[in-house]
Amino acid sequence: MLGRHAAQGRPLPLAAAHGRQAKSTVDLEILIENVLNAVTAGITIGCIYGLMCIGLGLIFGIMRIVNFAQGELLMLGMFASFYLVSEGRVLSFLGPYWGPFIGAMCAAPLVFAGGALLHKFLISRVSGLRTVGSLDEGHFGQLIVTLGISLILQNGGQILFGSTPVAVRTPLSSEAFLIGPVYHAATVFLNKAKLVAFFVAVLTAAALYVTLEYTRLGKALRAAADNPTAATYMGIDVDRAYRIAFGLGSGITAVAGGLMATYISFTPFVGFDYVIIMYSGVVLGGMGSIFGAFWGGVTVGFVQQFSALILPPQLQNAAIFVVFLMIVLLRPQGLFGRSAERA
Amino acid sequence: MKQGAGPHLRRSLTVLAVVSVVYLVVAMFVTNSYYQLILTLVPVWALFGVSWNILSGYGGQLSFGHASFFGIGAYTVTLAVIYWGLSPWLGIPLGMVIGGLAAIAIGFPTFRLRGHYFALSMLAYPLAILYVMQYLGFQEVSMPMHRESGLRFMEFSEPRVYTLIAVLLLVGGVVVSLVIENSRFGLALLAIRQNELAAEAAGINARLWKMRSLVVSGMMGAVAGGFYARVLLVVTPDSVFGMLVSAQAVVVTLFGGVASVWGPVIGAAILVPLAETLQAELGTYLPGIQGVVYGVAIIGIMLLSPDGLFWTIRDRWFSREAPQPIPDAAPDVAPPLRRASHATGPLLQVEGLSRSFGGLRAVSEVGFSIAEGEILGIIGPNGAGKTTLFNVLNGVLAADQGAARLDGQPLLGRKTFEVCRMGVGRTFQVVRSFPRLPVLDNVIVGAYGAGLSDREAIAQAVRALHQVGLHDRSGVPAGQLTNKQLRLMELARALAGNPRLLLLDETLAGLGREECDDVLGVLARVRAQGMTICIIEHTMHAMMRLADRFVVLDHGRVLATGLPRAVVEDTSVIEAYLGKKWLARRDA
Repeated sequence: MLGRHAAQGRPLPLAAAHGRQAKSTVDLEILIENVLNAVTAGITIGCIYGLMCIGLGLIFGIMRIVNFAQGELLMLGMFASFYLVSEGRVLSFLGPYWGPFIGAMCAAPLVFAGGALLHKFLISRVSGLRTVGSLDEGHFGQLIVTLGISLILQNGGQILFGSTPVAVRTPLSSEAFLIGPVYHAATVFLNKAKLVAFFVAVLTAAALYVTLEYTRLGKALRAAADNPTAATYMGIDVDRAYRIAFGLGSGITAVAGGLMATYISFTPFVGFDYVIIMYSGVVLGGMGSIFGAFWGGVTVGFVQQFSALILPPQLQNAAIFVVFLMIVLLRPQGLFGRSAERA
Repeated sequence: MKQGAGPHLRRSLTVLAVVSVVYLVVAMFVTNSYYQLILTLVPVWALFGVSWNILSGYGGQLSFGHASFFGIGAYTVTLAVIYWGLSPWLGIPLGMVIGGLAAIAIGFPTFRLRGHYFALSMLAYPLAILYVMQYLGFQEVSMPMHRESGLRFMEFSEPRVYTLIAVLLLVGGVVVSLVIENSRFGLALLAIRQNELAAEAAGINARLWKMRSLVVSGMMGAVAGGFYARVLLVVTPDSVFGMLVSAQAVVVTLFGGVASVWGPVIGAAILVPLAETLQAELGTYLPGIQGVVYGVAIIGIMLLSPDGLFWTIRDRWFSREAPQPIPDAAPDVAPPLRRASHATGPLLQVEGLSRSFGGLRAVSEVGFSIAEGEILGIIGPNGAGKTTLFNVLNGVLAADQGAARLDGQPLLGRKTFEVCRMGVGRTFQVVRSFPRLPVLDNVIVGAYGAGLSDREAIAQAVRALHQVGLHDRSGVPAGQLTNKQLRLMELARALAGNPRLLLLDETLAGLGREECDDVLGVLARVRAQGMTICIIEHTMHAMMRLADRFVVLDHGRVLATGLPRAVVEDTSVIEAYLGKKWLARRDA
């Protein structure tokens, strides 16, 4: 998935097209082109990561539930979208241009319902009011239960969906807008699928932000997450608030999954690759901040794209973890967080 | 060893010996090589769980990334055979050393973090190493065979020998874990897990003990990984550094019972065969079904028995033994260890002490002194900066300016546990106990914190419990005490460290009239034995009876100092407490 865009639609190797030019100018051109493409890819992929991180930000950052199954919720989003819009399915009439993105949005309510049910029957037994004040705040229990859910979804997914990689096909993923040439022949390639996905991601994130910030439901959710005991005394149905918040966190990550499904191929085991990225993003952005989780995801996207410029492919993911460790160690409250967790 | 640990340890070792022998005897009759492999893997994963349990179970430092140590052990053993021709007999100890060094390198920066941040940072280490290993070209490394000198390279044609070695390694790990559980090491870890700040204030160097537990844990994890590589003969980054490896340690331990040495053993004994059998029986018909069943199993057990099987079984079928009464040593058996005074000046001298939070000056140029044997009351309305003053004095917060000297020795800039060891005991506004530990252990933590030997520590703890009149409750878990008893227990914990100065933060808060009188009586007794006390209190009534002198704080500043009678009639004090209007009405 990394750096694939750079190879798409590029006409000729630059050096061949400018045989007579001095070598240093060509090097500079290549450098500028690579940097600009890393920036645009960082922004587009970063914002999709940002949306994905918001989902975990709600569940882990705000509700403080350790959820190892978040990657599988992403995977469910991908498969939901895939099964909705593939040929001969419910939404296939939408066509290959609009369909995949509408399919991604439609994954949200499905996974929302799934997440709310998971919470109602399993997660609520090891989190929330039940574990307030208990030793370790129920984290040991959450760890096991969500690991179990993750195993069931991965392997159940293998039974239901098979283990051959699939993708949501759209012609947009092999088309790109060309900007430039900006410097001699250096051109920026904007992959159309990623660009549309980027807009959908930003709009979804903005809509969620407005909902949480300005509606009654949003206030209840934030109050319940911040202090469940106090929220109960204020007449908020904390269990219901948690269920909705968990469902929202699942649904949001699923939308990101549906969007990513337009430009990567995936199997039921895809979740593992992204769960770490999500945790990195949430911690980078500062726990407890939705806004922060989004920017944390963007940061991870940037680090990934830029490390592609200088590092061999195997080390790109290692770079994310090194940056993650450095930031956590130097600024434990996260890049955008207000204060560190109290002792 | 902790008090009463002897018989407990002997019983555990007997159980261990019987279980290992039975296991080995059963293993000797198994001839199917697949089952032999399972029987070898059970102790390996149990050992890895035991290693995780030391850091995360006893110490509560949740680690999602224990695969770092497992993988380091596995790769060390394998690469040592390949590049240096080093036998695994030496490679495993070498892996242990490298695992221990890695633990120091990882712990040094990471223990600055707590809670979620610590857990997640631990997750990042093995994954970062995983990608580096792939980059270095160690995708799939197989252990070369040395048929001519099998024994020297830990190669046996008889698979049951591996089972024997695995069991012996596990026995070693369990013994180490039992020794930790029954010593001050384990008590320090349990105290840190339950309340780190209280442990620090009782003189426990939390950072050091956490580091020690990580090093022991890392070394043990490397042994498990090293032997695993020897048994499976092939290592890949995913199979030894992957997230599922870390998860395995967590799952077997939590399933079996966290913070008990038997937990990981029970968990591995059930889950490893279950997973392998499911894989073999169902995997071929319906790939993935084994993962689903395994997931359902661990969720089910977690909902039915949240603390793990061991604790549920123990609570249900082996009703807890009645708390053993402690040997009723007369209080005069262990006289309080007095420390000689070096200087003739006041015991505590505070000058120009300031501390701000952003724009708020919580403590502003505060100065006072306490003479040896005196009770100084610090009073003031809510938000006057009283607790902040204590937090600065005992090293929980850093001071912005000023100086504080205990018997001429500078107090500021030291860590909380160092201040405690200089002879400053502390209690908290909201009681910070170790709720799952019995009262006696709670108090012994304070004595260990002062650096006493086991015998002395127990003697001092018993003495302190007698001093506060709580000796008849010594076997009860602290979580079952009443508020008054908790307050007294916290006082005993501070006294057990033989402090020269006690900082008491609202010891009377939330007590009824009679309870209040009881505690005041205890404090008077403590004082009669020569203790110097600095106490924060709201209830003026109680303070008038107890304190020799008052310091009144308001908005972080010293408003008045002096004898109780003079202070309560000072108009500025009345104004701070009751407001200008009240004063005007009184004067009218």
